[in-house]
Amino acid sequence: MDMLKLNVPNSITNDKLIDLYKQMWQIRLFDEKVDEFFAKGMIHGTTHLAVGQEASAAGVCALLTVEDKITSTHRGHGHCIAKGATPDKMMAELFGRTTGYCKGKGGSMHIADVEMGNLGANGIVAGGIPLAVGSALTAKMKRLDYVTVCFFGDGATNEGSFHEAVNLASIWDLPVIFVCENNQYGMSGSVKEMTRVENIADRAQAYGIPGEVADGNDIIAMMNVTDKAIKRARSGEGPTLIEAKTYRWKGHSKSDAKKYRTRDEEQEWRKKDPIKRYKEVLIEAGLLTEEKAEEVRLAVKKEIEDAVKFAEASPQPTLNDLLTDVYA
Amino acid sequence: MREITYLEAVREAMSIEMRKNEDVYILGEDIGVYGGAFGVTRGMIEEFGPERVRNTPISEAGIAGAAVGSALTGMRPILEIQFSDFITIALDQMVNQAAKIRYMYGGKGKVPMVLRTPSGSGTGAAAQHSQSLEAWVAHIPGLKVVQPSTAYDAKGLLKAAMDDDNPVIFYEHKLLYKTSSEVPEEEYSIPLGKADIKREGSDVTIVATAIMVHKALEAAKELDKEGISVEVVDPRTIVPLDKETIVNSVKKTGKLIVVHEAVKRGGIGGEIASVVAESEAFDYLDAPIKRLGGAESPVPYNPELERAHIPQVPDIITAVKETLNRA
Repeated sequence: MDMLKLNVPNSITNDKLIDLYKQMWQIRLFDEKVDEFFAKGMIHGTTHLAVGQEASAAGVCALLTVEDKITSTHRGHGHCIAKGATPDKMMAELFGRTTGYCKGKGGSMHIADVEMGNLGANGIVAGGIPLAVGSALTAKMKRLDYVTVCFFGDGATNEGSFHEAVNLASIWDLPVIFVCENNQYGMSGSVKEMTRVENIADRAQAYGIPGEVADGNDIIAMMNVTDKAIKRARSGEGPTLIEAKTYRWKGHSKSDAKKYRTRDEEQEWRKKDPIKRYKEVLIEAGLLTEEKAEEVRLAVKKEIEDAVKFAEASPQPTLNDLLTDVYA
Repeated sequence: MREITYLEAVREAMSIEMRKNEDVYILGEDIGVYGGAFGVTRGMIEEFGPERVRNTPISEAGIAGAAVGSALTGMRPILEIQFSDFITIALDQMVNQAAKIRYMYGGKGKVPMVLRTPSGSGTGAAAQHSQSLEAWVAHIPGLKVVQPSTAYDAKGLLKAAMDDDNPVIFYEHKLLYKTSSEVPEEEYSIPLGKADIKREGSDVTIVATAIMVHKALEAAKELDKEGISVEVVDPRTIVPLDKETIVNSVKKTGKLIVVHEAVKRGGIGGEIASVVAESEAFDYLDAPIKRLGGAESPVPYNPELERAHIPQVPDIITAVKETLNRA
């Protein structure tokens, strides 16, 4: 049977396309499980979920190698999975166990996996943006081939750090890709209320770099826009600002009555479910069937259940761990 | 041995390191052909080029973060913050990122960087260019804090700071830049966390930092004429703090005065006094501990008021006599 050729970057194979479908489910089911545990009081602290935003994390990271780096945000579980983290060690971190990515010392907002190029989630809005620029500066000074992707939200673009960091990357032609996941709200502040520009990407003009608006709920669009930005970065032409228009289905954090938006608006965005849209594209292209799609989802569901078992069976840190790792 | 200035000692330490280690670079505002606001980096861009002597926009938060990010990925940056007052603008990156990354990440990753910055009053630059905020950063686990008082110490401590795998805040005192002392031409390192007894004495211990070391030494000289023997201890680094040397000195003299330029309230003097009060030296104290520090006001512009803001030699002499009278 003739297959419809999908318009994706050359480096993306058919197997990779199916892997990405699985990865989007990993991101969603991981966060839904976390949501369930917080509701039941099984995990302490707080958490920020990226349900509904799976396409940008998966689509952007699909173009990255192990050597490439990312910086992430407080809403970072998806970026982490997309950059190669495994749900078991992530879940263990949320349970505060020693087998977690940060030995239980970081929790939801600070998962990092430096060896895999994940320079870390960040509890400070826009805190990771200058870090990404520093990582890109290392690549340039050491003449290394890696690029750094910097994820942040719409709210972060009103922080001074964003503007300072983008300007630095621009004047130094650094190999960094700024990915703004515009999920329409910085906590309760709607992007319409907090900025006067039509698109966050328009802010790129102020720094003399390309700004690209993309459908953040379309993984293929995200791959294509990222591919272009990475090619520009790797060839020494400097940074790009990508704006992924998307929506967070859940509240800001675990305690959010969502008084600042309507249920109708939420339903409109749920119709643009990035996983469902991608599944339909894959089926139409002959790469997936409904049965296979369901198999994938169930396999991921089991993987998340296993991650929970792993986390629950993992040891708690001892009080001796309190004072270790403060200094190198 | 040859004498060079404190400023030259800082520059020499950086230059020696940069000749040896390609990963070391310096970034900051006006550090290129201008040579830095105080001239510390003068001539460095000519030797090392604009890649490694990286002149930046006026973006303290951005350049601090770029330093942290590059340190996390394998470089060893030296960040010059033009006046230590401006560290307030860079503090998110130093306090929330640099200081915490290793711990938050469970011991993975390290941030080997030095933030060098001139502090202190006495230049008539008034409230926003004269502060001594070292206690702010000393409060943060994950940071180290250095305050050299002589050219010799500046060169050796900066070498140790550059070799350290942690973020180090390195305070240079503006009024000390032009002071000279004997400094070896070759490289040497003074370990962080090792105090220096700048003058031995038996009647009273003065723990003084940065420029106050010199004022304490001057006071000690005057008091010596009256037969009062003062020991002057320079901690050199306030994080880590050499508690042992301070405690041993107080055990010997039985009296403690702490002197710093930073505002007394919440200053590092309170920490040093507490360390002694909590130690075995408490039983040796013959008089209450005294603290001298900056007045509880912003640094004023008028030269008389500016002098009055911080402890001066006569204040230290008075404090010593009061302490001895209480014994």
